[in-house]
Amino acid sequence: MSDLTQLTISQARAKLRGKEITATEITEAYLGAIERANPALNAYVAVTGDKARDMAKASDARLVKGEGGALEGIPLGIKDLFGTEGVHTQACSHVLDGFKPRYESTVTSNLWADGAVMLGKLNMDEFAMGSSNETSYYGPVINPWRRSRLDTAVMPTTHQGDGGFVSAGGTRTVRSLDNAQLVPGGSSGGSATAVSAFLCAGATATDTGGSIRQPAAFTGTVGIKPTYGRCSRWGIVAFASSLDQAGPIARDVRDAAILLQSMASVDPKDTTSVDRPVPDYEAAIGKPIKGMKVGIPREYRVDGMPEEIEALWQKGIAWLKDAGAEIVDISLPHTKYALPAYYIVAPAEASSNLARYDGVRYGLRVPGKDIVDMYEKTRAAGFGREVKRRIMIGTYVLSAGYYDAYYLQAQKVRNLIKRDFETVFAAGVDVILTPATPSAAFGVADEDMAADPVKMYLNDIFTVTVNMAGLPGIAVPAGLDAKGLPLGLQLIGRPFDEETLFQTAAVIEQAAGTFQPEKWW
Amino acid sequence: MSVDLQTVKRVAHLARIAVSEEDAERMTGELNAILGFVEQLNEVDVSGVEPMTSVTPMDMKKRSDVVTDGGKAADIVVNAPATEENFFLVPKVVE
Repeated sequence: MSDLTQLTISQARAKLRGKEITATEITEAYLGAIERANPALNAYVAVTGDKARDMAKASDARLVKGEGGALEGIPLGIKDLFGTEGVHTQACSHVLDGFKPRYESTVTSNLWADGAVMLGKLNMDEFAMGSSNETSYYGPVINPWRRSRLDTAVMPTTHQGDGGFVSAGGTRTVRSLDNAQLVPGGSSGGSATAVSAFLCAGATATDTGGSIRQPAAFTGTVGIKPTYGRCSRWGIVAFASSLDQAGPIARDVRDAAILLQSMASVDPKDTTSVDRPVPDYEAAIGKPIKGMKVGIPREYRVDGMPEEIEALWQKGIAWLKDAGAEIVDISLPHTKYALPAYYIVAPAEASSNLARYDGVRYGLRVPGKDIVDMYEKTRAAGFGREVKRRIMIGTYVLSAGYYDAYYLQAQKVRNLIKRDFETVFAAGVDVILTPATPSAAFGVADEDMAADPVKMYLNDIFTVTVNMAGLPGIAVPAGLDAKGLPLGLQLIGRPFDEETLFQTAAVIEQAAGTFQPEKWW
Repeated sequence: MSVDLQTVKRVAHLARIAVSEEDAERMTGELNAILGFVEQLNEVDVSGVEPMTSVTPMDMKKRSDVVTDGGKAADIVVNAPATEENFFLVPKVVE
């Protein structure tokens, strides 16, 4: 094998178990790739090379004895939101400067117990607030995908190569990459870029309004947000506790199933962790979807949605139909209210969760003339603009006299959104198919989005409903747009029915294929 | 509903975030854009609808009332900016 980083988790797993490769070799391959790529892509904020080598060595010892776990020797990247003992854990915020917890999150503990190897901590939007990974204290992450242009060139001789192809008349269509830097989406932008650019075999991520699925769609990777309560939130830096869920970003559907299998658990340390055994997700892949009822919600056809997204959606419908699924039109009438309700509920919970960053117990402290002055200066210096904006909104909507008008109203609307889904599932719909995002990846420092925060928020229009209702959702790559950028479809399932998502996503993946960016970094 | 400069300054103080005059002015515009966006929730008829209190219907898990953790004072203060003998140090609060 020339480049071990090209192996999927399932391929690497087979080679590791078959003793064709060692955990040390594959770990070194990734550490080398990170060293070469990170200056250009900025996916990692901390690389834990020594720890990775130690873990790989321990994995090799277990593999030799035939005692390897489910993820033995598989090198992973970990989003900076997960508490990792003795290792950089700062939610990519300045306010958590120098924070190294003395505990390990349940999700990462599960991964290490199964033998996975930690390569380092991945960049993200500060406190997971953002849709472009530009709010990180550590600077933006760059998408490994770039727009491309098709040019026709007359060729003196007819030969094939360099990704171009020869046409009958001796001309050649050449795809050339544009230099403009694109965002990988957010908030799990580091996770998505690292997976897409072969800087880890798979990554952990979290999703509060779309933070796994939107970056997965922007980078041609697979991302699943499981049902609320499926993965323990213990040890993950809290953003909006009733919406936050951990999940994986992976190169294909099978790898996502393998990772979720390990990440999910029943955890007495998280009261919202649901007491339900974790099924065999990988076993769902390859099962036929004949007779499955797929719902197509009419409210997801939004104004100004590019034609390419609509065409992609139709392609997805056709693939599932060809595989024997029954397609039904459905209505989720409160869809348009999910995003505004989210922008009350999420900031309200965030303003409460982020009250703990006060310059006393951990992280940054800016001295002041008294304790209140110290709090105010610490928080002013420690939080970035987007985080401050959301704390302010949250504080305002929870303040005396406004609670009923905003927060209570939003929580009522949230119940209506949940009821919409319950109604269609009760009518026999097994899974819902929608686009994952309203566009492909956009440029770094997009002026429109910088000028109007609501424009940025609209990125989550198709994903946020799923968090509001606590349902599982998966983003799976389904094609490229005219500029050669990946686009994804989303599948939404019944509570705790992640198996149907993997089963259906695998059908889409088989029809669409998998996608890799052309290497420029 | 919209906020004025004074309200923004009051909310910033409630949130314990120091803001300059310039910050407060910028935030007023941004906050009003967001509040304008969420305004559309008022058109939803929520009569008879309970507010969501639990994402997944479930009983609150309880555990037995026993000590399961503790004796970790040094671990707890290790990340603090200022400590003394396992206490967090803060500026003088009581005169």
